[in-house]
Amino acid sequence: MSFIVAQAITGLASAASLFLIAVGLSIVFGVTRVVNFAHGSLYMLGAYIAFTLVSVMGGSFAGYLAAFVLSALAVGAIGALMETTFLRRIYRAPELFQLLATFGVVLIIQDLTRIVWGADDLFAPRMPGLDGAINVLGHQLPEYDLFLIAVAFLVLGGLWLLFRRTRFGVLVRAATEDREMVSALGIDQRWLFTAAFVLGAALAGLGGALQIPRQAASLSMDLSIIVDAFVVVVVGGMGSIMGAFVAAVLISMLLAFGLVIFPEITLVLIFLVMAVTLVLKPSGLFGRPEFTTEEDRRSPDLPLRASDGLLRIFWWGLLLVALAAPVLLGEFAVIVLTEIAILALFAASLHFLLWGGGLITFGHAAYFGLGAYGAGLAVFHLSLGMEPALLLAPLAGAAGAVLFGWFCVRLSGIYMAMLTLAFAQITWSAAFQWIGFTGGDNGILGVWPSAWASSPVAFYYLTLAVCAAGIWGLRHVVFSPFGYTLRATRDSAVRSAAIGIDVTHHRWLAFTLAGAAAGIAGGFFAFAKGSVFPDVLFVSTSVDGLVMVLLGGVQSLAGPVLGAIVFTEIETELNRLTELWQLLLGVLIVALVVFLPNGLAGLVRAVRRRPA
Amino acid sequence: MLRMSVRTYLIAVMAVLLSSLPQSTAGAQQDPIRIGEINSYTGPLAAFTVPYRSGWELAVEQINAGGGVLGRSLEVISRDDGGKPADAVKFAEELIRREKVDLIAGTFLSNIGLAVADFAERNKVLFVAAEPLSDAIVWAKGNDYTFRLRPSTYMQAAMLAEEAAKLPAKRWATVAPNYEYGQSAVKAFKDVLKGLRPDIEFVEEQWPALFKLDAGVTVQAIALAKPDAIFNVTFSIDLAKFVREGQLRGLFADREVVSLLTGEPEYLDPLKDEAPEGWIVTGYPWQSIEDPAHNAFLEAYQKRFNDYPRAGSIVGYNTILTIAAMLRKAGKVDTDAMVAAMKNLDLDTPFGPITYRSLDHQSTMGAYVGRTAKVDGRGVMVDFRYANGANYLPDDATVRKLRPGW
Repeated sequence: MSFIVAQAITGLASAASLFLIAVGLSIVFGVTRVVNFAHGSLYMLGAYIAFTLVSVMGGSFAGYLAAFVLSALAVGAIGALMETTFLRRIYRAPELFQLLATFGVVLIIQDLTRIVWGADDLFAPRMPGLDGAINVLGHQLPEYDLFLIAVAFLVLGGLWLLFRRTRFGVLVRAATEDREMVSALGIDQRWLFTAAFVLGAALAGLGGALQIPRQAASLSMDLSIIVDAFVVVVVGGMGSIMGAFVAAVLISMLLAFGLVIFPEITLVLIFLVMAVTLVLKPSGLFGRPEFTTEEDRRSPDLPLRASDGLLRIFWWGLLLVALAAPVLLGEFAVIVLTEIAILALFAASLHFLLWGGGLITFGHAAYFGLGAYGAGLAVFHLSLGMEPALLLAPLAGAAGAVLFGWFCVRLSGIYMAMLTLAFAQITWSAAFQWIGFTGGDNGILGVWPSAWASSPVAFYYLTLAVCAAGIWGLRHVVFSPFGYTLRATRDSAVRSAAIGIDVTHHRWLAFTLAGAAAGIAGGFFAFAKGSVFPDVLFVSTSVDGLVMVLLGGVQSLAGPVLGAIVFTEIETELNRLTELWQLLLGVLIVALVVFLPNGLAGLVRAVRRRPA
Repeated sequence: MLRMSVRTYLIAVMAVLLSSLPQSTAGAQQDPIRIGEINSYTGPLAAFTVPYRSGWELAVEQINAGGGVLGRSLEVISRDDGGKPADAVKFAEELIRREKVDLIAGTFLSNIGLAVADFAERNKVLFVAAEPLSDAIVWAKGNDYTFRLRPSTYMQAAMLAEEAAKLPAKRWATVAPNYEYGQSAVKAFKDVLKGLRPDIEFVEEQWPALFKLDAGVTVQAIALAKPDAIFNVTFSIDLAKFVREGQLRGLFADREVVSLLTGEPEYLDPLKDEAPEGWIVTGYPWQSIEDPAHNAFLEAYQKRFNDYPRAGSIVGYNTILTIAAMLRKAGKVDTDAMVAAMKNLDLDTPFGPITYRSLDHQSTMGAYVGRTAKVDGRGVMVDFRYANGANYLPDDATVRKLRPGW
């Protein structure tokens, strides 16, 4: 009994930490509808800034308190900078662009933090005055845990007062419910958005600063917290402060008691909670269904034209260059081109969902990774050769897409993106921790091509043939009756349903097809690298795919192919030139979203349209 | 005739030009020996890989200042894999195909080490795996072209199990990150300890997700089982959280803690004055090793970088020493000769003499085993001894069973 009380209090302290981080993310989303991937980076900055302040001012009790407040203010200022320089330019962009832009910020802050503070973990001393433990029913509980719980309640109360008793709060709540109405009433939205973003950033900074007496400031803080924070926000309901609180408590309690019974389950549990919530109550525990439907946010795309002369020249020229490459370019170029062909098919399958179906997925790595694991496990467990293993890859990708897609297509917009992310992360957790079956972190080795395809050039031509056929096949589907129907559901789900199209069914089929295509790419990736590791399933693989699609241009079928070429080249060559390649990649992503939202293909199109 | 002579002249020029091509490679006696190097130099792992890089840089400078090897200098072409195995394989391809390196070295994460090892076997290129700990690199997935320097998970766990067996404690709890490294370490520790002490029982296991340790609740779950002693495998930020919460909650009072790698400066120093006292650890007590070879290394390192060495620095330094010794023994830069030379290669390092076993390609480099203590507000190792890696490997028959191909 005494253990249960002590464990509950400890769980509550974890919940307090989680709440402080998640609530800022939730407020920002509620007002601006931007899912801020960089929220974890702001949290990390808060921790680093607080560490420096404590070191400079001396770690007295008052020094710590001052450091908490100043860190929150400093991170708030950084948030203001972020919002005014580029975020406000992309509020009207599709959700995906916003996610990507903020992911670019993650890369930038990650590298800048390493440059400023170094790579070593920074462990601050305990907070004086709260550095001991008190005895509760025979268990020693840290005083700081109780302080954290108190701070969480203070912030919750403070936010409640702010949102109920001030004009600013009323406006924020109004904007959360209906942005158009607020602006119709003459409220300056720009100011409101900036203020909400600064508040969210400051809360992230505070959350990070408050961790300093508990854990070391480290460069892995950003990504390790952001996914958890997403889960809390999604479970609680986006934009709901109370929801974030309840969800944080729920998840922390499940973890606190879950790990006593199932110590291995911790990683999967949190995503299971999110998946179950989204399936049962898609808008979260305290969230309300969105007022604005997806159609308000996107003007229908231009009707797709069949390839005209220039585009045909592009495709044939590309194919010719690809065929001649092994003769023209060096040995290493063949390796890079193999990777490009694979990633082009991966990007094309993602593009098919995003653009063809208007389905936002943030977990496309799941199907790519399932394809890679399907092929790898076939070699490892069944001792199959390359040919049958490659046949299994699309089946594995499609099977995952059938299963996950069934749940995902029932949601829309950002909720769908989050559920696809949850499924991808569950798959990743399984691959990472289920060592008996997948080899865990040590992966599957020895996945090499059959003898006839074992030379890099032979494998390149095989990959090129299959991937080019796959890309051509996806293009063919877009122009088939199914493709037209799918695009109809994208442009107006309501009208499509009215004329008798089964929207959910078509979307589910599109998911399956894209999953199979990504699975093929994954299978070839496994044989190109000779091994499969869990990171093919990780969120960074999904992001790479999105960057390629975006870089090439969402509104053109040539986009993903162009994007894969440019992205792979940049990644390979930047790495050779500079250690700051993450920073440069981040800047590139942000610049793309802000200045070139239609990608390279869009640029070409714009140049061509310009009157001579 | 004039035309003919012009043509003859042209042919002669072509011949000279062509013959100059192989000549420039034959004249490569003066060209440096090219070592391809891959490691995770950006992201959170930089704290571990940057001291390692300093280590190999120092060794390369010293060897080249001494006239190089085989009359040629050493050149390291280094790439950052960003922590991704697939990128490591891509850069391995680039290093052998575009940079035409003579061998590959490096890697920190076990999965990247394994990916590059598999690549090395496939492409018949020598790979000196510097830092990855996984037993699989030399055993389950061992291959002809891969040799590993650092003492493995099994070796370090066995060193600690030997010490643990001397303790009176009978009820043990374990806490380890839930992935391959953590699981292997716990299994090796249990196997060796139970072999030495059949009366011991393991009463609690905690498997937090890597870098996501929820320290408070994990500490309490361990305390609930009332173990006599704890075997810890968590490291880095997880370790810091575990130490602080454990101390606050009295988990370590009257309990022995045996902890893998915690004596390495990389993991001990960030804890500052909260470094745990009296833990039995493996590590690298650079301040107090009394050995002329190590003193020379320490002095040169501090002079060159104005910083003290970490465990990674020694590994980086020894990696290049290994390659230089191997080249001298091989006498030529040819993969088959180099692989042959790696087997039973003996060399002197700042840790004393080590040997690369021909049995499983593992080096016998060891680690220091001792207890942690606090001196002047920082953690150090005391009462330590050097555990020679050769003594902490299973017998040959067992290794043959573990390593396919025997």
